Amino acid sequence: MFKKFSPSADIAGQTPVKSSVQRAIRAAVLSQWKIEPETLEAIWPKKEGLVHVKCREHVSIYTVHGEPIIIQHFDGPYYPTLRLVHKYPYILPKVGVDRGAIRFLLAGAPMMCPGLTSKGGYLPPADAALPAGAPVVIHAEGKEHAVGIGVTKMGTEDMRRINKDVGVELITYLGDELWALKSL
Amino acid sequence: MPSKKNQAPTTPAPAADEPDGPPPPEPVPPVQVLYCAVCSYPPEYCEFGSSLTKCKEWIKETHPDLYEKYYSEDALTSKVGTLSLEAQAKLEKEAAKKEAKAEAKADAALKKKLASQVTIKRIERNKRKHVTSIHGLEAFGVDLKKAAKQFSSKFATGASVTKDVQGRDEIVVQGDVSYEIVEMIEAEAGVLKGIPPDKVDVVEEKKKKGGD
Ligand SMILES: [Zn+2]
Repeated sequence: MFKKFSPSADIAGQTPVKSSVQRAIRAAVLSQWKIEPETLEAIWPKKEGLVHVKCREHVSIYTVHGEPIIIQHFDGPYYPTLRLVHKYPYILPKVGVDRGAIRFLLAGAPMMCPGLTSKGGYLPPADAALPAGAPVVIHAEGKEHAVGIGVTKMGTEDMRRINKDVGVELITYLGDELWALKSL
Repeated sequence: MPSKKNQAPTTPAPAADEPDGPPPPEPVPPVQVLYCAVCSYPPEYCEFGSSLTKCKEWIKETHPDLYEKYYSEDALTSKVGTLSLEAQAKLEKEAAKKEAKAEAKADAALKKKLASQVTIKRIERNKRKHVTSIHGLEAFGVDLKKAAKQFSSKFATGASVTKDVQGRDEIVVQGDVSYEIVEMIEAEAGVLKGIPPDKVDVVEEKKKKGGD
């Protein structure tokens, strides 16, 4: 989504979000992420205005004080930015890729099932299986911090069973052109 | 990870349903992540960037403990993880190649900047009307769209970013403003920063006879 992203070409405009809409976004984020209301309040205080940065191809970024914190595509789920997940690593369910897949991920490639199901990879156990379309934080073998934010293209149990094709598509990742922008 | 029990994103997750009781009243403090001053990644990912040599120097100097953690003999053998030795060797070769490439690119960019020239051309449209075209600003890191906007508000006239016949980007400003633009560059006005005045050329293009 942000492999190539330049503010001058890709941002159509920035507008403050109406407070009724902010309330709706806050409620949706609280239901979609595993985050305590007071922690969200610390990240995005109710008094501070959320700014909607409208980008090409129906991508929205929401910023607080210029700092990107939330990403949305069309009216899909809300994704945290990678910098936000580094600060609060537990807010999304996690998957992991093996070491061999890291350089493909850093080149912006979607994550194929074998990289997630191999010994170095990680998928949630069956009793915490994720459906297709779930936002996930992507960790990497042997690394402490997340390397990307993605969305499952099939359920995690299907990834194990089918074990081919794309398992997780990238939303944003370490070193993409959104990563480079600390503020908008 | 405090808890592995994650909810699917579509189901609402009232925090009070958590088995470990009501949520703490205080916000959870953020994890402070160190980022590499050279490549901007968390240092554990420097090995995948394009500046590993410089990253290593930086971390050795500023965080010797982390240098030990990531680059000691032990760390190097254990991090290979489930990757085969062969694949690891390939990865290291890639990294070296990437680094060389990035350096060559930086060199080329610098050379290009040194060799670059800004050309301001006064073009005659008819007897009394002119337009001014500007080439080469992008080589000095100027955002052309912003520069065009600056010209158009400064001269209260039309200014746009287009491509010339050769496909190079140019800014076209309505009216003859060539000398005003030279002055703006000398004064480093707005986005026109860091352009050495001796790299700026002003030329005139007369209307060819028999033209429209
Ligand atoms: Zn680095």
